[in-house]
Amino acid sequence: MTHSLHLWLIPALPLIGAAINGLFGRRFSRQTVAAIALAFCGGTFAWVLFVCARFSSLTLPHSEFFAHWIRSGGFLVNFEFYLDQLTLVMLLIVTGVGFLIHIYSVAYMWEEGGFYRFFSYLNLFMFFMLTLVLAGNYLQMFIGWEGVGLASYLLIGFWFSKDSAASAGKKAFIVNRIGDFGFLIALFLMIKHFGSLNFGQVFSAVAPLPVETIGFGVLTSIGLLLMVGAAGKSAQIPLYVWLPDAMEGPTPVSALIHAATMVTAGVYMVARSHVIFDHAPNALTVVAIVGTLTALFAATIGIAQTDIKKVLAYSTISQLGYMFMACGVAAYSAGIFHLMTHAFFKGLLFLAAGSVIHAVGGEQDMRKMGGLKQYIPWTFLTMSIATFAIAGFWPLAGFFSKDEILWQVYSSPHGSWVFWLIGVVTAFITSFYMFRLWFMTFFGDYRGRAADVHAQPAHGHTEHDHGDPHESPLVMLVPLAVLAVLSAIGGFAKYWPGGGIEHFLSPVFYPIVAETAPDLAAEAAKRSTEYLLMAISLGSAALGLYLAYLLYYKRQDLPQKIATALNGFYEAVVHKYYIDELYATLFVKPLVDGSTRILWHGVDQGVIDAAVNDAAAGANHLSDAARHMQSGNLRSYAGWIAAGGAVVIAYMIWMGV
Amino acid sequence: MVPVSYYLILSGILFACGVIGFLIKRNIITIFMSIELMLNGVNLSFVAFAAHWQQLSGQVFVFFVMVVAAAETAVGLAIIIAVYRTRETLNVDQVNLLKL
Repeated sequence: MTHSLHLWLIPALPLIGAAINGLFGRRFSRQTVAAIALAFCGGTFAWVLFVCARFSSLTLPHSEFFAHWIRSGGFLVNFEFYLDQLTLVMLLIVTGVGFLIHIYSVAYMWEEGGFYRFFSYLNLFMFFMLTLVLAGNYLQMFIGWEGVGLASYLLIGFWFSKDSAASAGKKAFIVNRIGDFGFLIALFLMIKHFGSLNFGQVFSAVAPLPVETIGFGVLTSIGLLLMVGAAGKSAQIPLYVWLPDAMEGPTPVSALIHAATMVTAGVYMVARSHVIFDHAPNALTVVAIVGTLTALFAATIGIAQTDIKKVLAYSTISQLGYMFMACGVAAYSAGIFHLMTHAFFKGLLFLAAGSVIHAVGGEQDMRKMGGLKQYIPWTFLTMSIATFAIAGFWPLAGFFSKDEILWQVYSSPHGSWVFWLIGVVTAFITSFYMFRLWFMTFFGDYRGRAADVHAQPAHGHTEHDHGDPHESPLVMLVPLAVLAVLSAIGGFAKYWPGGGIEHFLSPVFYPIVAETAPDLAAEAAKRSTEYLLMAISLGSAALGLYLAYLLYYKRQDLPQKIATALNGFYEAVVHKYYIDELYATLFVKPLVDGSTRILWHGVDQGVIDAAVNDAAAGANHLSDAARHMQSGNLRSYAGWIAAGGAVVIAYMIWMGV
Repeated sequence: MVPVSYYLILSGILFACGVIGFLIKRNIITIFMSIELMLNGVNLSFVAFAAHWQQLSGQVFVFFVMVVAAAETAVGLAIIIAVYRTRETLNVDQVNLLKL
């Protein structure tokens, strides 16, 4: 047992920050609020770095007990922290990217009302996310899981006076509940069958079980239910609908919660539960299919979106689909690797998009942007790096991780060339819509001046007058620059000295498999296939770039023509395949109608309210009758007393007392 | 020796007179006197029983009742005077401000 690293400090620090800002922040100046938020978030990051420095001296997995929680017969749940390579990677991503986004937010949110509220929520989010990541059992993970949902709800609805923001928050929360329901049932099944929720105990109970290749056993059920939870949190088909709406929140929130960290919790959970999934190949296949379909589906919707943040939201869904694709073929480390690079470049894309929105005075419609390259050169530069990274150009981060996933889905025993093909098509579409965004935003002429920029300020930049677009302050540009560097070089984590990230993560995912001597001939054959596939995916990215260049730079009349030619299909894509409408008709409307007619008018008003009201009315009538005894007439009082006395005496005589 | 039931019947008649007077009279003074009549009706039954059972406690009780009645009379008369000064009437039907 190595001595304690005080892992509890990692989630506790942001919680303290959230509490201070939340309780007293109203009286503080903006400087104080920002200083508190940054200090506690930065403190956590520093502590994670400290843990990182001590990491090599630990016996893994390193577990720290904090407190007893539930003791019920033989069932025991503790507050405990669990640290292994996977946790460490997640901790670094969450606190590192989180800290950068905190810095960025200080400038971005400076002129907004509720500044202290924003930072309190943001710190609260960090607390729950770190609880989730550090959890030593599923129940503690579930607390973090629910908590990040809460923080997400609060931050999506940050501008709660805006109706769309408030309902987007509700939508996110409710859709997530559906996923959480699956997660909870999975937990109940674990308690029933393994009698514990502790990671170590569950996994060691699962490990000796036979692999459920055929049929629908316990492990398959647990795996599928966990996947339902992951689909809710990580916005996969069929529960992805909340994420695009979540863009109603402030842009740093979109970057932190809805791109870099929270939405990847599902991937983390699946990777953490890999022992269960390894024993349930059918569940694994479902994960891969869901991921693949989501990746393709969301990418196609992304093509026709005009809101810059909506494009990025669909892109996030699509990229999360890639991660699930990787997990679905049991290539968890590839999934986590993509999670990491995605956190860098998608966080950067959102922050840069925020900088663009800031520059043009709150406008989010790309049709009213254009030509911003010369106005905001730094934002342009960083966003270009992120765009090339997500499109998968060598040597940026996205290339390595996406390529790794594509290679794994092709070569893994669980994989198939179908997944690979869809993956490559998605990569092409990704490249296309990202460069569409890039060209529409930064090239051509500025189209914002003609229309009234202030018509619908999507966020509160109404105070200062917007003439020409202007570059964001340095506080915003520094996080952009740091993330840009990470997006550029993050992919080389694959070639880290000493084996790279996948080698680093392998003790988590393949604890049993010993190092086998590599078969050189087979290795060489594999290598040549890998290079071929790499070339194809690179080619598809380049094709996407070229197509976007052609349509949105060279021949800007073409997109309109194509849209007209593909009338029906184009309409469907613009309306996101009418999924929201479909859900509204299938689920929301029956629920609302049923709740209104039966539960509200019938049960609530008819039974509960009626019972309470009738009881009160009855008491009212009774006392109204009794009130007349209090006439104020002295002799009537005397009469009542005499009558009462007579009754008592009559009673006593009657009873013979 | 007069039987105790005689005393009790007289006591009951006195008490009933007091009750009826209390209920039908409107003048506060008369009502007050009716109360005294009721008290004395009860006192009579106390002493009758005391004599019958050869027990002193009944007579002691009568003294208590008299003392309390005297105190009550003092307070009651003071209230009646106060009422008369403010309301200029002794008719209880017109003194009904406590009504709901």
